[in-house]
Amino acid sequence: MEEQKTKQGGPDVCPGKRDQLDLAAVKAELDQTTGPEYWRSLEELAGSDEFQEMLHREFPKGASEWLDSFSRRGFLKTMGASLALAGMTGCTKMPMAEIVPYVKQPENVIPGRPQYYATAFTLNGYASPILVESHLFRPTKIEGNPQHPASLGGTDVYAQASLLDLYDPDRAQNITYMGDVRSWNAFMEAVRGPMGVQKGIAGAGVRILTQTVSSPTLASQIRSYLDTNPQAKWHVYEPISRDNVNEGAKMAFGEVVETRYDLSKADVIVSLDADFLYAGFPGSTRYIRDFASRRNPDGNMNRLYVIESTPSSTGMKADHRWPMRASEIGAAAYALSDLVVLQTGATGIHEPPPEALKFLRDVSADLAKHAGSSVVIAGDHQPPAVHVLAHAMNRALGNVGRTVFYIDPVDANPANRNESLHQLVEDMRGGKVDLLLILGGNPGYDAPAELEFASALKSNAVNLKVCLSTHRNETAELCQWHVPEAHYLEAWGDARAYDGTASIVQPLIEPLYGGKSAHEIITILAGQPGLTGHDLVQQYWQKQHTGTDFDTFWRKSLHDGWIAGTTYAPKNVTTKVASAAPSPQASGIELNFRRDPSIYDGRFANNAWLQELPKPLTKLTWDNPVMIGPAMAERLKLTFKDVVELEFEGKKVKGPIWIQAGHPDNSVTVFLGYGRTRAGRAGTGAGHDVYPLRTSKNPWFASGVKLTPTGATYNLASTQGYQTMETPVGERPLVQERDLEEYKKEPNFAKEGEVPKELTLYPNVDYSKETYSWGMAIDLNSCVGCNNCIIACQSENNIAVVGQEQTLKGRHMHWIRVDAYYNGPRDNPKGFFQPVPCMQCENAPCELVCPVGATTHSSEGLNDMVYNRCIGTRYCSNNCPYKVRRFNFLLFQDWETPQYKLMRNPDVSIRSRGVMEKCTYCVQRINESRIDAERGDTTIKDGDLQTACQQSCPANAIVFGNLNDPNSQVNKWKAQARNYSLLGELNTRPRTTYLAEVRNPNPELKA
Amino acid sequence: MATNTQIPVADRRAPVIEPGHSFSTIGEKISNIVLKRPISLGWVFGFFVVFSLMNVLLLALGYLFLKGTGIWGITIPIGWGFAIINFVWWIGIGHAGTLISAILCLLRQSWRNSINRFAEAMTLFAVACAGIFPLAHTGRPWLAYWMFPYPNTMGYWPQFRSPLIWDVFAVSTYFTISLVFWFVGLIPDLATLRDRAEHPLTRGIYGILAMGWRGSARHWHRYETAYLLLAGLATPLVLSVHTVVSFDFAVSIVPGWHTTIFPPYFVAGAIYSGFAMVLCLAIPIRAIYGLEDFITMRHLENSGKVMLATGLIVGYGYGIEAFMGWYSGNTFDAFLLWNRLHGPYSAWYLGLIASNIVIPQLLWMKKFRTSTFWLWMISLVVLAGMWLERFIIIVVSLHRDFLNSSWGMYYPTKWDFMTFFGTIGMFLTAMWLFVRILPMVSISELRTLLPEAHVHEAAEVEK
Repeated sequence: MEEQKTKQGGPDVCPGKRDQLDLAAVKAELDQTTGPEYWRSLEELAGSDEFQEMLHREFPKGASEWLDSFSRRGFLKTMGASLALAGMTGCTKMPMAEIVPYVKQPENVIPGRPQYYATAFTLNGYASPILVESHLFRPTKIEGNPQHPASLGGTDVYAQASLLDLYDPDRAQNITYMGDVRSWNAFMEAVRGPMGVQKGIAGAGVRILTQTVSSPTLASQIRSYLDTNPQAKWHVYEPISRDNVNEGAKMAFGEVVETRYDLSKADVIVSLDADFLYAGFPGSTRYIRDFASRRNPDGNMNRLYVIESTPSSTGMKADHRWPMRASEIGAAAYALSDLVVLQTGATGIHEPPPEALKFLRDVSADLAKHAGSSVVIAGDHQPPAVHVLAHAMNRALGNVGRTVFYIDPVDANPANRNESLHQLVEDMRGGKVDLLLILGGNPGYDAPAELEFASALKSNAVNLKVCLSTHRNETAELCQWHVPEAHYLEAWGDARAYDGTASIVQPLIEPLYGGKSAHEIITILAGQPGLTGHDLVQQYWQKQHTGTDFDTFWRKSLHDGWIAGTTYAPKNVTTKVASAAPSPQASGIELNFRRDPSIYDGRFANNAWLQELPKPLTKLTWDNPVMIGPAMAERLKLTFKDVVELEFEGKKVKGPIWIQAGHPDNSVTVFLGYGRTRAGRAGTGAGHDVYPLRTSKNPWFASGVKLTPTGATYNLASTQGYQTMETPVGERPLVQERDLEEYKKEPNFAKEGEVPKELTLYPNVDYSKETYSWGMAIDLNSCVGCNNCIIACQSENNIAVVGQEQTLKGRHMHWIRVDAYYNGPRDNPKGFFQPVPCMQCENAPCELVCPVGATTHSSEGLNDMVYNRCIGTRYCSNNCPYKVRRFNFLLFQDWETPQYKLMRNPDVSIRSRGVMEKCTYCVQRINESRIDAERGDTTIKDGDLQTACQQSCPANAIVFGNLNDPNSQVNKWKAQARNYSLLGELNTRPRTTYLAEVRNPNPELKA
Repeated sequence: MATNTQIPVADRRAPVIEPGHSFSTIGEKISNIVLKRPISLGWVFGFFVVFSLMNVLLLALGYLFLKGTGIWGITIPIGWGFAIINFVWWIGIGHAGTLISAILCLLRQSWRNSINRFAEAMTLFAVACAGIFPLAHTGRPWLAYWMFPYPNTMGYWPQFRSPLIWDVFAVSTYFTISLVFWFVGLIPDLATLRDRAEHPLTRGIYGILAMGWRGSARHWHRYETAYLLLAGLATPLVLSVHTVVSFDFAVSIVPGWHTTIFPPYFVAGAIYSGFAMVLCLAIPIRAIYGLEDFITMRHLENSGKVMLATGLIVGYGYGIEAFMGWYSGNTFDAFLLWNRLHGPYSAWYLGLIASNIVIPQLLWMKKFRTSTFWLWMISLVVLAGMWLERFIIIVVSLHRDFLNSSWGMYYPTKWDFMTFFGTIGMFLTAMWLFVRILPMVSISELRTLLPEAHVHEAAEVEK
């Protein structure tokens, strides 16, 4: 197993390959670096293998041979993970090496002080630029990269939660052949033979199946292999494909282009079933930021129209939302496009209903008024024709070049996913495939039903099947060879963001389970084994680099998190087709497929953070529902909990009903990603699998599904009871909302009914003598319900996951939640999102009732929770009107799994059972900043300190700061007219306040 | 007690002691239950049942301490469930004993003499059952001693503004006073048992417990004084303990808890359920042990009247709660009322109204008051109703409060039921042993009800 000892250990900035390193070399190395990279190179150097080797050589070998260690990073990992790894690695021999303490502590590696590395998380090919917090070489938290245009500091739920995947104890931990453990050598040996044969026939029997690849290095690797073996084929499959988008672009422009929007300049946005404000939509993080920046009612507020089928968080934020079955949106788009572009009055083959036509007319008028500063976005689920229409409208409105840009595709192989997989299966069945490499993805589970991919894979038609995946999933089970895939935080790579900007994906930790990257697998094909991911990525970029000083370029790229000059410039496209007729809409009940808001296409099924993340509208966890609208439920006499059987094209699937306000009638939505059979301990068995209903002909919606009640019932674990979303009680609405016009007339509307601060029997505590007095404000207008704060908080504060059964009981532990409320008719209500952390009340009802003083007020106004003192009477929670306190009813925290011990934030204590916990305003961050400030003999400045929820928020909806600083951002927000206290009439005087929501409806449409 | 001037023997009401008894027959009859009566198969069988039930409690508590309070149905927002319901219920039941022994003693209600002993025992056992819950319901019961103000190196004290701390003091004081009161009252009877016991071991044990009681005039004098003082001490407790318990709720801001009527209404409710429990126990015991002579229909009827009176106070409390829900104009309170009537627990609320207000109205009629069967049935209904009342107050108030996003439902688990029925087992086990080990009716006090006890007074009157 010598080959496992590779040089991919860590963020290695030392260019080229060196066998040895001595102090002089280190010094020389350091002398070269200057400026901002300086600190980085030090610890990166310390983490490098060369440095380790140099240290080790000073000691006799026997001194430390009791512990195998390949690097300090590895040592830490092994120490923490020894228990589990002892069993897991029992069958593989770990390389022997020595471990000794530092003779000289590397600079800047200070235990307790985290370091940050820039890297990128990739989903569906699109990179999310991130900064990873690392405590002694253990990644502990993921933040957005504030300097990267695709993030600006925000992240998305998937990127945030990918940290948990790194430490997932269910990940595959061995290379296996038919289930038996094998070595990497044995694997290479096994592949080498057939490869040699294939070389003779130009790779005719080789098929590579990948997910969407935006990695320039990987793409060039595969391409160069295909160049030398022209008969080999590269197939791409992704269940949440952008085929419609690409086909639409092809139709409109004759080439595949990426459409990019600048929402900061858009006054009017029309979404045709596009959920562009939720993770998974390329660029959503940036779009949320830009969208939210235009939601200030005191500024130039934008207006959002959403015509959509399945209700989404984007739709709920709309100023005007028009629910429509997915198949009808084509007709609406046609009519709208006609109004905007040609103005012939034609309405296509289907006339939308008159009231819809009136709506479309007003929308088109508004668009025309804002020509050049509007955007029409078509959703990924909508057929190519709708995309063509959207392109035509954007062009006619003069938006192209202003708010809409076309760039080269980020996707390195924008082939039609379904066709690509079809060809592969055909070849497999036809016996044309000798060697199949499945690099990532899980087609054994998520391929279109009619392909019966699993059975094709299972058959003996393919001689050698190799699967690279993080888990021994459904696909891996069907392949002879399974190679554990390295997590992106463990392996080198690169990827492009939605705007084409390339980032180097640098690892922060050695593979916990000896995982390999796709790059390394391809090296075997290319006959260059031994090349590490680091070498490959560096070599690729060296070739791209035109300047002289590659070393500085490489370091800067690593440090910044992106490669300068790689952003795709807007390109000119020529319109070939300006209009396309929508496909005829069919009658019958429509069946919609949607990616799951939490676990996406199923790849995150074993991510317990995401499983327990309440989905934005339903607040469901651990499950996927069969979603129908209220009218349909009434007609079919269906209610929550009812289990129905869906029958479509002969396939049947059973699932529990969820009645979603705003869901169009005569339409059913099911969510992909659940019902996994080999996901791991969190994902296996959760929910029901709807892939059997999904064919490549109808990947997103189809007509003619049959719905039969089964009579059975099933409890869905929602963290917010469905009945509670629609019936607000109380004197004042919990979410204060007005239209823009009303707001202008009465800006103070939200404060109505609030208890004046002076109205109290007891004198107010004077905080003016303190340096700090903390407070938070949350802008409901900006919040788009993306759920990011929940995962950020969970990661930052070591919040336990409780599982479906406990969530059903209402014992979820999230310190911040996003409440969803609806207002208006059930068929098309307005939706509201309200993030609720601890309010840190001045008159905190919880503090009064604790018998042991375990929750007390700090001198800086925080409502502190003293876990050690808590005896768990739960009285504080009973008395908390906001119900933000969370109780460890059982031992929810995993104290056993060694991997999780590595993951946790060392600054936050792990709570045991019987203890109450709640949001602390990230007091550990406050204290860290305070220490920093005091060392510099100064005070914490506004902006130095961010809470985890605030930092991750792509919408900038949360502001936290010092209320004693008159110029702080939080004070500015709180001074706004819209500022109000939730349940302010109780006189709890919360320190967390809200900026009321203001919508900007079209005055024409209001009437 | 010895100063009673009127013995209502010729009253048209039932007598408090049937005619034909003398000092010695009373002593003999009561002490024989303890000393002579053979252990019957029925007693053994019953003991087996209740003792098994008590072991269910031990099992449930053992598992609770092992796993945590999550084995129960409580959740967020319903942070308190069966444990606190049971706590309040048991404490309430205890109140009747103290009321009978202390307040009725001070009010010279001599009819209490025949029921006070086991009512006091009932108090003790009920408070012991109640005491389990505040400890068991904490998340970390091994640290529950932090609720006591004890000197420690951290210089850390309980948080005295919390009603739970007041509870600790109220309940521990209550238990202590009740125990001392009960024991002091037992001393002359223990001496009687000592004197009558034949087995040397029995004699020895009772002898030690009798603390050298010889029945001298000085003993009696001291005894009477001490008893009176303790009665005086215990009297405010009847009012204060449940008042403090009600503060657990009234001090909070939860709609349905935050109301000023709670203290009187809780005290009345406590006495209500306590008398129901007295009847529940007295009726079978007097039948089994042939104590109809001492626990007469007069006692049962009086208890029924107390129940009727306190029940009406409780009903008034419900009425005021509903009225204030409407009159205050507070939408949260109004919603609470609506939710009680129309929410998911409306059946429970209607059950509460039926069992605590409607059904006990039968007690207006003498026919029901003097029927042991009906009295027993009504007291069972009231016991269930008072349990329901605490359920409504605790669960229904908590499950839907201010923010509708955080509403929830409470589903008790088998461990909840096991703990609850387990405490009933523990209570009955203690009762089972009590009736065979100690005189369940006070011999000395019962003797004072006889005309012979009043010869001096009669002589005084004649003079």
